Amino acid sequence: MSAETDTQPSATGPAAGRAMGERVVEVRDLRMSYGSHRVLDGVDLDVHSGEVVCLLGPNGAGKTTTIEVLEGFRVRSAGNVRVLGVDPAEADEDWRARVGVVLQSWRDHARWTPRRLLEHLGGFYRPYSTPGRPRPYQVDELLGTVGLEESADQKINTLSGGQRRRLDVAVGIVGRPELLFLDEPTAGFDPHARREFHDLVHRLSDLEGTSILLTTHDLAEAERLADRILILAGGRIVADGSADALARQVAGDAEVRWARAGEHFVHATPDATRFVRSLLTQYGDEVAELEVRRANLEDTYLAMVQQFETGDVDRAAIAFGEVAR
Amino acid sequence: MNTTLHAVRLGTRRGWTEFLLSLRSPQDQGFYVFVGLGTLGYLWLNRDAEVEGTSLLLPSVALPSILGALLAFGVVIGPAYALAMEREDGTLLRLKAVPHGIRAYVTGQLLLHSLGLLPMLAVIMVPSVFLFDDVTPHDASGWLTFAWVVGLGMLATLPLGMILGSVVPSTQKVGTWGMLPVLVVTAISGIFFPVQALWGWVQAVAQVLPVYWIGLGLRSAFLPDAAAAVELGGSWRTGQTVLVLGAWAVVGWLVTPVVLRRMARRQSGSVVEQARQNALQWVR
Repeated sequence: MSAETDTQPSATGPAAGRAMGERVVEVRDLRMSYGSHRVLDGVDLDVHSGEVVCLLGPNGAGKTTTIEVLEGFRVRSAGNVRVLGVDPAEADEDWRARVGVVLQSWRDHARWTPRRLLEHLGGFYRPYSTPGRPRPYQVDELLGTVGLEESADQKINTLSGGQRRRLDVAVGIVGRPELLFLDEPTAGFDPHARREFHDLVHRLSDLEGTSILLTTHDLAEAERLADRILILAGGRIVADGSADALARQVAGDAEVRWARAGEHFVHATPDATRFVRSLLTQYGDEVAELEVRRANLEDTYLAMVQQFETGDVDRAAIAFGEVAR
Repeated sequence: MNTTLHAVRLGTRRGWTEFLLSLRSPQDQGFYVFVGLGTLGYLWLNRDAEVEGTSLLLPSVALPSILGALLAFGVVIGPAYALAMEREDGTLLRLKAVPHGIRAYVTGQLLLHSLGLLPMLAVIMVPSVFLFDDVTPHDASGWLTFAWVVGLGMLATLPLGMILGSVVPSTQKVGTWGMLPVLVVTAISGIFFPVQALWGWVQAVAQVLPVYWIGLGLRSAFLPDAAAAVELGGSWRTGQTVLVLGAWAVVGWLVTPVVLRRMARRQSGSVVEQARQNALQWVR
């Protein structure tokens, strides 16, 4: 990050460019316990129509539990949950037709081909087709969208991990869902597959206006994909905002690097602008290779994850909460 | 569009697709060949043996009995394995995530496992006609009996397979929970030796369970009436066969939907993930 961009007045995340639609997901005080073990301790979150929201948190923070409650696959202990205006615990099959789900670790339909499977599963949405939202997707179009044309007639068990995951996404969206849930969609991906997958998510959101809620434990992925990031730790949402806004909120000391007379210097300061000004005033043209680096979101996030993993859950949550709220 | 009917139609297509895929799969072909060769080998080795108390040759008597046992075995163990495996690999969850998917899934399973009997019967019956004398029903009414016994026998035992597959904790346990009981039941149901050879209470148990009656029904279809003399009570007891198998079918079809619903409700991504972890860890 360069010094110039730091001087711009306010946060302009991708979310700022989007009109905020109605709420498609509304969660208030969601609680989940297994016996005496409390996994979720009062989660509040919203997803608005057309938004891509990333639920970020270390492993074991309760991301999957949260998303399974929203998918209607798990019964919550307490709290209010509305997904597309309906409580998923009591939702019927018609509601299912409006929601797409991509889960972890699928190894099913090994003998089928992607085309056959998509045609079969797409068939279930046909009764829900409307002129404004024709369902399901044309299979060929869908195969193109996820980049599986080449392997469309190959047995599924011969697909690579990345191809299989793209098939999972294709299945998740074959019914043209209004809302799509993705649980750890890029776990086990190589960097190339990851990049392609990110492009796919962007396409979905841009072309179809699909609202997307996805989980990840990878901050870089959240920054790249999401209009808004929610950080889940200690059973609660401890931060909520665009990647940019969060980065600004957590910004602490900045690191200034420069070279003078062939020597390199590093200095940490809470007020980089002022330091640089005085530096230039003092040495003028002698200063070269000037670089200002803000303490970024990643540093803060990693610190939190570490505290979380060493068992200091509450402090992790509070530490992040203090800087982010 | 009636969504229930629509789902049943999709399920039928699903079952048919799976059946075709299974016919093309070397794994399933291997199974049919193995069962066929095993059965035919056993009959061939005993092709000249006479059955005590009759003038019938062993293959004539044993073939319908074995077919009965294979039918029961196929439609209990087949669905049990399929359900347990497809719970663990996420097939069921995939269908649960689409509207009315579970209904279609169950429809597909019923069709698949019913159709699966055809290649099994074929690999045994077709070669038998050429290898042995006197191994098919003698007249049209015999074939008719064959058809209804197979149909009713399937209705009586298929639900047991679905229930077993739903309650068994993992695929690895289908062996202990499913294979073992089925083998024991087969052993006491007069398939390889007359049920009279066993103790009275074992005979009683065998006559509560469906396998004995399927075997008896098929023997009545394949053998001349005189052969009934060596059965319990000296009769084919057709009425009782219908009654016992019918009772199993009714109870089975009442219980199965309840068990299936309960099992499907518990499916979620983390359950599948847990099963995957468990499957990787054989020794615990």
